Amino acid sequence: MQSPAGRPDSPRTRFSWTYFASPATFYPLAGKMIPWFAAAAALLCAAGIYVGLLVAPTDATQGDSYRIIFIHVGAAWMSMFLYVVMAFWSAVGLAWNTRLASMMASALAPTGALFTFLALWTGALWGKPTWGTWWVWDARLTSELILLFLYIGFMALQAAIDDPRRADRAGAVLAIVGVINVPIIYFSVQWWNTLHQGSSISMTRAPSMATTMVVGMLLVALGFWMYSIAAVLSRARSIMLERERRTDWVTSEVKKQAAA
Amino acid sequence: MKPRHKKFAAIAAGVAGLGLAVGLVLTAFQQNLVFFFSPSQVAAKEAPVGRSFRIGGLVESGSVKREPDGVTVHFVVTDTAHRLPVEFRGPLPDLFKEGKGVVAQGKLTESGLFMATEVLAKHDENYMPPEAAEALKNAKPKQPQQSTATLAASGKETGR
Repeated sequence: MQSPAGRPDSPRTRFSWTYFASPATFYPLAGKMIPWFAAAAALLCAAGIYVGLLVAPTDATQGDSYRIIFIHVGAAWMSMFLYVVMAFWSAVGLAWNTRLASMMASALAPTGALFTFLALWTGALWGKPTWGTWWVWDARLTSELILLFLYIGFMALQAAIDDPRRADRAGAVLAIVGVINVPIIYFSVQWWNTLHQGSSISMTRAPSMATTMVVGMLLVALGFWMYSIAAVLSRARSIMLERERRTDWVTSEVKKQAAA
Repeated sequence: MKPRHKKFAAIAAGVAGLGLAVGLVLTAFQQNLVFFFSPSQVAAKEAPVGRSFRIGGLVESGSVKREPDGVTVHFVVTDTAHRLPVEFRGPLPDLFKEGKGVVAQGKLTESGLFMATEVLAKHDENYMPPEAAEALKNAKPKQPQQSTATLAASGKETGR
């Protein structure tokens, strides 16, 4: 994008949405935001785990084994949501050829993969005591596994191409194609017979669980959200420094940090 | 051909290839995406003959009988429209209970008995404290807790 100095309407007089679309201006802003999101993540996760493990009642059918839901559902939500965000930034990067959008997409992938893995792993730990099996090849579980492969494929593809701009474009195509999988995951339990139960929380009806359970789940999910923002921004900052290492703003930034 | 055009052609080919792969995989999965068949589908001969498949439904209340050998269990899977007797040798999951959801894998014999090799419990998306479950049970006696409407609806959808 254009540098703020080169614009006729300076961002100091008029707010511009593209002002922070440049790594030079976004880098310090992200640095200032990270501690706040990290603190919010820690607080919300701690509160959610407290409500989930100590306040929420046991379940009439499953006893205490249902309590893994407090990690499982938040992780599964984030795994799908982060993929959509990653595909969005990939599409922006592909269409407008903006550097920062592609960097954001690359920064999102490892966090998305982490939450996908967490959702699959906690799901297996939950499935064994309740269903009687660690894993089945039903539509929900299989499509979530494909999501993990999409994240890993995105990272592997970008790592395999030396030229960062070409790597951005190749990864963007994969990310955009793979976004088809997200609605398949979400609606799999409605479209097909699955061993996995339906959604307890949906937009169209009241949650089918006790209120304290919902509160605990939402607190952890919100905490995961804050964690994702903090982790992705800090990863994006590293990518910015690495890719823009030959620019003036990185040189002055490094000098500033060395002096401090 | 300019390099830019070559690159564009490579991306277009990649997208087309991936789209084709996804389409083929989904078409191939069309049969397998059905994780289980309901007793009504089995009665309508929609389930595969001669090979292993899964059935799903509710364990009929009062139908679970253990043989004297201690490992063989007989029970009936129902979707309230049709019933299917099942025989299984082995350990049952903790959540296996009369009136609750179950998914069993096995083969259908000539006599119409389902010989299960694996039994899984299917639980629903309702979570409530024991007191609430007790109150619900007292309010509506002899009602299975898993809503049969959900099962009937999912059975209907697989007919597509």
